[in-house]
Amino acid sequence: MAVSQLVGARVKRREDPRLVTGHGHFTDDFTRVGVAHVAFVRSPHPHALIKKIEVTEASKADGVVAVYTARDFKGQLAGTLPALPVFVAVKKYVPEHFPIAEREACYQGEIVAVVVAETKAQAADGANMVDVDYEPLPAVINVEKAAQPNSDKVHIDAADNICWDLPFAGNEVSEAAFKSAEVVVKERIHQQRLTPTPMETRGVLADYEAYDKRLTMWMSTQNPHFIRLFVSGAMGLQESLVRVISADVGGGFGSKISPYPEDYLVPAVSRLLGRPVKWIESRTESVQNAYAGRGQYYDVEVAAKKDGTLLGMRVTQYLDVGAYCAPFSAFQTVACLMAGGAYKWQGISSRTVGVLTNKVPTDPYRGAGRPEATHLVERMVDLVAREIGMDPVAIRRKNFIQPKDFPFTQNFGLVVDSGDYEKTLNRALELAGYDQLRKQQVEGRKHGKYMGIGLSTWIELCGFGPSSATAPATGGIALSEAAQVRVMPTGSVIVYTGTHAHGQGHETTFSQIVADTLGVPMESVDLRHGDTGEGTAMGYGTAGSRSLSVGGVAISRASGKVVDKARKLAAHILEAAEEDVVFDQGKFHVKGSPDKSKTFGEVAFAAYGAGLPEGMEQGLEAVAYFDPPNLVWPFGAHVCVVEVDPETGAVEIQKYVAVDDCGNIINPTIVEGQIHGGVTQGIGQALFEEMIYDEESGQLKTGTLIDYSVPTANEIPNLITDNTVTPSPTNELGVKGIGEAGTIAASAAVINAISDALTPLGIKHVDMPASPNRLWAQIKEARK
Amino acid sequence: MIPAAFEYARASSVEEASKLLNKYGEDAKVLAGGHSLIPLMRLRLAQPTALVDINGIKELDHIKEDGNKLRIGALTRHVTIQSSSVVKGKLPLLAEVAGEVGDNQVRNMGTMGGVIAHADAAGDYPTLALMLDADIVTNQRTIPAHDFFKDLFTTALGPDEIVTEVVFPVANGPHKYVKFRRRLFDWAIVGVAAQKMNGGWRIGLTNVGVTPVRANAVEEALKKGAKPEEAAEHASDGLDPAGDLRASPEYKKHLARVLTKRAIQQAQGT
Amino acid sequence: MKHKVATTVNGRRYEHEVEARLLLVHHLRDNLGLTGTHIGCDTSQCGACTILVDGNAVKSCTLFAVQAEGRSLTTIEGMAKDGELHPIQQAFWDEHGLQCGYCTPGFIMAASYLLSQNPNPTEDEIRKGLEGNLCRCTGYVNIVKAVQTAARTMGGAQVPAGKKAAMTTGGE
Repeated sequence: MAVSQLVGARVKRREDPRLVTGHGHFTDDFTRVGVAHVAFVRSPHPHALIKKIEVTEASKADGVVAVYTARDFKGQLAGTLPALPVFVAVKKYVPEHFPIAEREACYQGEIVAVVVAETKAQAADGANMVDVDYEPLPAVINVEKAAQPNSDKVHIDAADNICWDLPFAGNEVSEAAFKSAEVVVKERIHQQRLTPTPMETRGVLADYEAYDKRLTMWMSTQNPHFIRLFVSGAMGLQESLVRVISADVGGGFGSKISPYPEDYLVPAVSRLLGRPVKWIESRTESVQNAYAGRGQYYDVEVAAKKDGTLLGMRVTQYLDVGAYCAPFSAFQTVACLMAGGAYKWQGISSRTVGVLTNKVPTDPYRGAGRPEATHLVERMVDLVAREIGMDPVAIRRKNFIQPKDFPFTQNFGLVVDSGDYEKTLNRALELAGYDQLRKQQVEGRKHGKYMGIGLSTWIELCGFGPSSATAPATGGIALSEAAQVRVMPTGSVIVYTGTHAHGQGHETTFSQIVADTLGVPMESVDLRHGDTGEGTAMGYGTAGSRSLSVGGVAISRASGKVVDKARKLAAHILEAAEEDVVFDQGKFHVKGSPDKSKTFGEVAFAAYGAGLPEGMEQGLEAVAYFDPPNLVWPFGAHVCVVEVDPETGAVEIQKYVAVDDCGNIINPTIVEGQIHGGVTQGIGQALFEEMIYDEESGQLKTGTLIDYSVPTANEIPNLITDNTVTPSPTNELGVKGIGEAGTIAASAAVINAISDALTPLGIKHVDMPASPNRLWAQIKEARK
Repeated sequence: MIPAAFEYARASSVEEASKLLNKYGEDAKVLAGGHSLIPLMRLRLAQPTALVDINGIKELDHIKEDGNKLRIGALTRHVTIQSSSVVKGKLPLLAEVAGEVGDNQVRNMGTMGGVIAHADAAGDYPTLALMLDADIVTNQRTIPAHDFFKDLFTTALGPDEIVTEVVFPVANGPHKYVKFRRRLFDWAIVGVAAQKMNGGWRIGLTNVGVTPVRANAVEEALKKGAKPEEAAEHASDGLDPAGDLRASPEYKKHLARVLTKRAIQQAQGT
Repeated sequence: MKHKVATTVNGRRYEHEVEARLLLVHHLRDNLGLTGTHIGCDTSQCGACTILVDGNAVKSCTLFAVQAEGRSLTTIEGMAKDGELHPIQQAFWDEHGLQCGYCTPGFIMAASYLLSQNPNPTEDEIRKGLEGNLCRCTGYVNIVKAVQTAARTMGGAQVPAGKKAAMTTGGE
């Protein structure tokens, strides 16, 4: 093994030269000769019967090539969009979701017709001319009301709106524990609906070649192999003849994991028409129709002792599924399994209820279930501390799972691999100047200042994941990861990974691993992903902070296999026993004689030449699949300091400190960047973002980026970051994930800080987003 | 998203623009900065049959001192107003307000006349025009600001009438615009402008009604010697704002009072 | 009816016949093949389409191509010269000022305008100066750093550490 030179270093990203010069390859940058453009006609109603679709005028419009409705796709697409088991194997009711509505539209934006034209302007014009006769039906919007048996129905033929209702078996908490508890706190905690808002919207360019029965799709997805699997299945195409290319992707945040209706319809249109077709989502379509995040509320009760010992928790999650159960929607129930956070509990009882509504489906959004779990447990711990007059730091210290406890089997049987929660907390308190802040707070309160300090000592599980858990979750396909390392005769290397990147910098970090393992310069390593026509047979995409801890390990192992073969060959060339050959700094030499050596490149060249050892095949390449034995469990401590203007309800973040631990680090610069972005999305949820629907009409009222408030540079403070390193025992690289960490942590830190700030007014809890309007109303109420 | 098709013509003079508007009829629109109009067209919430582009009418892009008046051409961009030494000297409140509109890119395109003619309740210039008794000059007449803003997005302008100039009084005493919003580039949730002139105070409110509002009761109270915090209590007198996603009616009224107090205090440097 | 639009883009002259409704950004991308300018929204919020028109930053999704008649435009493709990255591009690279890279061309163009107006901005001025651009990946921390670094390399005096722009959900 070469001495590590690159792993752990602040290597500048290889992706950047093309991206900073405008030479990236995003989906809308691709085209095909003869391409036609697609525009979708979408239901303006959240719930309506489709009585008639009049297409005559649209069909005759300038440039319009074709207008299709649901019936045209019946022979083209088999089955419905998948709703995968993920944690909820048995669902009560999963409405069929064909990619285009025929009889009943169940959310605003559901596709009812497809217009194809020579130009995108003509397609848009044509779509405006399609005349749909709707019979509006009552829209079911409010989750709590939707769960009632007497509610209007999201789908007219359904018995009710319950998609699932499931208790999770764990160490149950007894009634007696609650009855005998010295302290019981209860709260309802809301998680508003969010739209993920990757800066690049989705889009599909599809080219079906009839004579070869071959389909190529260029699209913006986190998960090209899964898209290939689903789309080839639905279209009745051979999987190997479908090629999904997802080159540069302008952000995903979970919203580009699952297949969407357009991912089926656009290639189907290409097959119907016999020409390439393209659709690029507008932002308005994206805000309305991208699978939404969160959309939940929790009823939580916690029992504790007066000394701060946490005893038990009862939690029920009500999850707004939307109109259909999106492919990975049920993944968000992981919040129930993670509700205990970083603490020891005697027992936790949890239940999830998935409720259908006439809204776009929810699906994973950065953190998916784990931000919700962190938010609820961190809020509840603060509420207990408040109730018994304990410092939020002290109650956390008292209940943390301790370093000696790892591996720690938590209440739902999940095994937490490693951790040292106090270490990150101590460092965060030090960086924030916690004791000083508390003094300032006491002083400030005397002068009417509403300053607050919020903690979030978060943990998460990520790195999906072990086949034993993930194969049942998807209905058969285990989320291992694949890597192929191919060495050219002159020693340059192509590495294929089944993960994908949309900002995470894998071309850099994964190349660091390969270059170190093979002892070659980083420049000679080409990291490829996002094209199912190349590399391994299957890949599992990038989601759930899995790329490094699963895909990176597969790459490391495939590289190791290459070194093993090269060592055998080097031994043959050096006329030494294999066990006497040392590989160091990119050179093979015989133990004790470093002068007599062969470089990795020389051995690679020899691998394609004559005179190989008996039985050795030519070539130097290897494939590895890594099926991790467990998930990995990053953690950290965030401290947020706010001041609330009691007159206006405006919140100012004065300081934000994040100390995180994701095990060993390949590239610290990239880890910091992930934390910055993650925290900002958490702040976005805590203070700014919310999809608001009119409860009566069901119309989305935050339909553009004017009303859906993504924060700008001016609203985000400078973030102070640091890390501790507690290696993961789950994989030989000792790594965990960091892509979602910031988001998982941040909303709790911000809301805890605001709640702390408003303590003098007797306010204990505030909902998200903590907008000035909402806070002012709450302050006013408290002062009555 | 792509706007519906329309006819397009560039006007090189106000007369030509007026003629073109006549020619295209009432569904034609003037294209100035376009930063309210074009997004609406992309969303197809506006589908004008024709656009008359006045960006080439150079004489509409001016800032002129005229005795105790400050004449701002309709086509003057926010960035020009914001950085004009004349404006900073003669009506610094206007320069301050211009710098608070949108973002850099928006300020490089958006115009005085566009904001005035669009008459968005959350527009910032209309508040100033109203409270300072500015005159809106068109190709046909001069309309006092208090007669100009009629309703939500509705002004006294006729179909072929074009705003050519807005004439403000010179006022360089204590002043402040307090624009309350969640993100810096957002429209005001509520905005309050305060200007000391001719020995009294002018107070204007943004986005608390269908048109800009002059807080007469506050001005009166200040005249009678009320302290800012006392006078500001009258800022919501007679207001009946509509609620929106960012603010309830009650919150808007409350903000009108709080921000009025702050605007006066900050103008006074207290 | 089509209209003639003649522009100079990155120093090269182009002439096209276009529909009046063609947005400038579509003209750049579809007619000129300059796909580095991106589209991120429909309502002039995101700034991904920011370019310079006669040196001024504008959102090219909120201009019609016909409005660019006779103008000189600079897009992201015009920033690097002779294979050398522009100092702002270099600074974004050096400071990890981008992740997915989709918003990056718009930020670089907005930063270029900002530094042309204020060669030595404070952190607060940078944050305010970039208010017209949205990034969903970086949390802006390293974008701000990149602009500070670019200011230094472009000859602006030492950027003061600056009083942190406190963020606020409602501000004045």
